[in-house]
Amino acid sequence: MLSIENLHAGIEGKNILNGINLNIRPGEVHAIMGPNGAGKSTLSSVLAGKNEYTVSQGSVYFDGKDLLEMSPEDRAREGLFLAFQYPVEIPGVSNTNFLKTAVNEQRKYRGLPPMEATDFLKFMREKMDFVEMDKSLTSRSLNEGFSGGEKKRNEIFQMAMLAPKLAILDETDSGLDIDALRLVSNGVNKLRSKENAFVVITHYQRLLDYIVPDFVHVLYKGRIVKSGTAELAKELEQKGYDWIKAELETQNA
Amino acid sequence: MTEASNIIDQVVSQEYQYGFSTAIEMETAPIGLSEDIVRFISAKKNEPEWMLNYRLKAYKHWLTMEEPNWQNFNYPPIDFQNIIYYAAPKEKKKLNSLDEVDPELLKTFEKLGISLTEQKRLTGVAVDAVFDSVSIATTFKDQLKEKGVIFCSMSEAVHEHPELVKQYLGSVVPYTDNYFAALNAAVFSDGSFVYIPKGVRCPMELSTYFRINAENTGQFERTLIIADDHSYVSYLEGCTAPMRDENQLHAAVVELVAHTHAEIKYSTVQNWYPGDKDGKGGIYNFVTKRGTCEGDYAKISWTQVETGSAITWKYPSCVLKGNHSNGEFFSVAVTNNAQLADTGTKMIHLGSHTKSRIVSKGISAGKSHNTYRGLVKVAAKATDARNYTQCDSMLIGDRSGAHTFPYIEVANSSAVVEHEASTSKIGEDQIFYCNQRGIGTEEAIGLIVNGFCKEVLNQLPMEFAVEAQKLLAVSLEGSVG
Repeated sequence: MLSIENLHAGIEGKNILNGINLNIRPGEVHAIMGPNGAGKSTLSSVLAGKNEYTVSQGSVYFDGKDLLEMSPEDRAREGLFLAFQYPVEIPGVSNTNFLKTAVNEQRKYRGLPPMEATDFLKFMREKMDFVEMDKSLTSRSLNEGFSGGEKKRNEIFQMAMLAPKLAILDETDSGLDIDALRLVSNGVNKLRSKENAFVVITHYQRLLDYIVPDFVHVLYKGRIVKSGTAELAKELEQKGYDWIKAELETQNA
Repeated sequence: MTEASNIIDQVVSQEYQYGFSTAIEMETAPIGLSEDIVRFISAKKNEPEWMLNYRLKAYKHWLTMEEPNWQNFNYPPIDFQNIIYYAAPKEKKKLNSLDEVDPELLKTFEKLGISLTEQKRLTGVAVDAVFDSVSIATTFKDQLKEKGVIFCSMSEAVHEHPELVKQYLGSVVPYTDNYFAALNAAVFSDGSFVYIPKGVRCPMELSTYFRINAENTGQFERTLIIADDHSYVSYLEGCTAPMRDENQLHAAVVELVAHTHAEIKYSTVQNWYPGDKDGKGGIYNFVTKRGTCEGDYAKISWTQVETGSAITWKYPSCVLKGNHSNGEFFSVAVTNNAQLADTGTKMIHLGSHTKSRIVSKGISAGKSHNTYRGLVKVAAKATDARNYTQCDSMLIGDRSGAHTFPYIEVANSSAVVEHEASTSKIGEDQIFYCNQRGIGTEEAIGLIVNGFCKEVLNQLPMEFAVEAQKLLAVSLEGSVG
């Protein structure tokens, strides 16, 4: 579904990703872990197409299409979703109106007619129940005055509405208390299927107790330095990232 | 940044779509302004002597005045001798019905999306169409007449309802009020006249559509709306002009009078030609609009969506004379490229328990500047007056400016005056967030801007709210980064 080869990218002339290789197939959940500054958020931004980042080398194919050639909106319409670490606020635009626009723009891209207002509201209610979303949040302005937890849950709700092929969760667990973490994870788990895939970016192993990954990759200095199963995350939790750093230094020595 | 500002530039540089001109035989006054020109205009309109005398007094007063210079922008001096003060499509004979209107003119209005043939009109909207200096046609006149509503051109009103015109013309905005109001009183050519009799709720929206066509011509229309006791009217004006390299002056005067328990709702969708992206050409929109709540419990509500003009300079105001009277001002002003806007309102509280509410939304893109200027004045006798002002500015890109000048003068200690202001910027982050959900950049800007203006757009009559939303999106096309 997603194949990243030798990806080099950076911002303002500074290299951050130094040759990422990653293959993701439908039905898989990949966790990407790593210390601060390893390039985790850069990777999600580059995949989503944030224009401050420049790709200097490598390729990314999404369902056989050259992802790097596509505009950010086309990437989304092709089924790539990013749950933001810091979701933005848009005053005066209700959550409902925003999602209706997004859903209908994506439908248009796929050659489908816009959804009727009543159908849309019904669809929205279903998904709200599905991710246990508080109904009052949909009539409020997009993320405006939402608590940190509400914003993150709103991201998961949007993901449920847009049903992406590949969802990237960028530190969705940061700033969440244990109850919010459980709600968000439940939402993700319910959305897991054979057809879609997830990339879960996190600093801590805690989230992976709830969303159990098929693969765990450790990102360090812009490269994936170690890959394994969910066990690797537990090992990291015990030994810390210094263990990986030390291992790398012995290899290099 | 560069890519983002390119997107902004594209959005902002969208072509003005009403920029065509109509080739039609015109009758114009000689260029320039003099007593003779004032007499010429009056004679052309076959006016009674009282009207001519009013004009001449205004003209003489204008000669003693100086152009004001307190506004927050500069413009090159206007050469008042280089303007044509009267231009009208040449009439072959007197028109008896719409069928006899020059088809070129009908076509022009069709092209603007204004159909004058009544069966094609949106149901529930009567239109008066003003082309350069004269009113071309007024629709639904007969239906309105049944209710006693008078809706006609100003020239017609001078002849057919002289007592009303004499009583009210200049009663809200006297020719001594300001430089441009004096000029208008001397040379105004046409405009709309509305009278709603006691107890009548006007059965349809009334609308005037102003079109400047001729070159070097100024447009000086005059609108007078009177709502008698316990009546209601909703009125909408729209305006466009061809694209021309020189600046054209539009100095209109609008007067509203609301008597006891009467309500006037006045909405404007202003889309005069704004000039090109370097600021060449465009309309100078220097307009005086004021309403008086003459009686108790009267209400006047101004709603404006200002997207056009090279320079907009106007403050639709309410004089709240009647006790318990109510004034409202809802405004969206969008400036793009090199446009300038200095707009806002004045709420003058004279009666007791008077209320006013101001909601102003300014959006500046390109290298434009958008100024809100507002006065809330509570007189000594106005006990328990209340005002609430909300003034929000949005900046698009990093070359535009937003300015706010609120003035508050309170002479009665029981008054409650609130002012809230905010400034925000459409961020690249907001746009990227929308993009990431599959929403393209232009739709994203439209969504964000319409969200920002929602409170004001909600005030517009339904038929026009949709139009206004589209207009906002078009005006800002190419503007974000």
